[in-house]
Amino acid sequence: MNCKGVIRELSNYIDGDLDPAVKLELERHLGHCEDCTMIVDQTKKSIEILCDSKPVELPSDVRSRLHAALRQKIGPAQT
Amino acid sequence: MFNAIFMTEKGLTARFLSLLDTLSAPNPHRLPSSVAREDEHLLVAGAKKGDTAAFEELVNRYEDKILRLTKNITGNHEDAEDAMQNAFLKAYSHLQDFHGDSRFYTWLVRIAANESLMRLRKRRANQFSLDEPVQGDTDLMPRELEDWGPTPEQNYAQAELQRILAEIIETLEPEFRIVLVLRDLEELSTQETAEALGVSISAVKSRLLRARLKLREKLNRHFRRGTLN
Repeated sequence: MNCKGVIRELSNYIDGDLDPAVKLELERHLGHCEDCTMIVDQTKKSIEILCDSKPVELPSDVRSRLHAALRQKIGPAQT
Repeated sequence: MFNAIFMTEKGLTARFLSLLDTLSAPNPHRLPSSVAREDEHLLVAGAKKGDTAAFEELVNRYEDKILRLTKNITGNHEDAEDAMQNAFLKAYSHLQDFHGDSRFYTWLVRIAANESLMRLRKRRANQFSLDEPVQGDTDLMPRELEDWGPTPEQNYAQAELQRILAEIIETLEPEFRIVLVLRDLEELSTQETAEALGVSISAVKSRLLRARLKLREKLNRHFRRGTLN
């Protein structure tokens, strides 16, 4: 497998979706290609950082409007 | 023009209804969601029996994340708020169609994604397509390659990193950012993403690969060693 092949399979490799023989071939390439190793590592890191990002708290006016619309539809909260 | 919008709306409504039919289909490849808590199914069961406080608790729990999702897809505050509100209202109306074969949160994400897409398509008709094939792989090779060091994110305060990520997602083309957000941020499986967007699995995969490479390249401009901006 060449560098182009690694990039083409990058997502499948990260997701663990590769056929074992293709995975082996890809990892053999990574064993001697520093650039591809760097791209694989940095792409994994990028996804990790994205996954770790926390949502911003809902602004209070947006929250009030949402809950007012809900109450109108479903009525006041009751158990 | 109005006819075209009406036709699009009709098509989207049909897609939404067919989506609701498939939402509860068993999916063995679903990724575990890191956001759902263990008592989620109890709240859903309560809400289905008319316990409105239980539904409101579900809303409280997910409103921040759903707004982030709708904002990431629409790229517009007003549409994002609208899409979020409609998603919760639709989820409530269709609660009886949710059979618990997927997580409630996953189901909600798919409704919210659909609501967001309808708004994005209204604003940016003909400006993007999730169905068309993407270009060949000649432009895939990353051009910018620099060392990041082991933990580049630690050079940034949390708020600064959030700002950078939000900015990066906003600058991605819609067809790439939607797939990236659903797959990597909301943890939908490839199959669920394809179903939610009404496209093939291969279309999701090719867009996801490009989106991830673009994310890496944009982060590279911030993370390359010695660069702080």
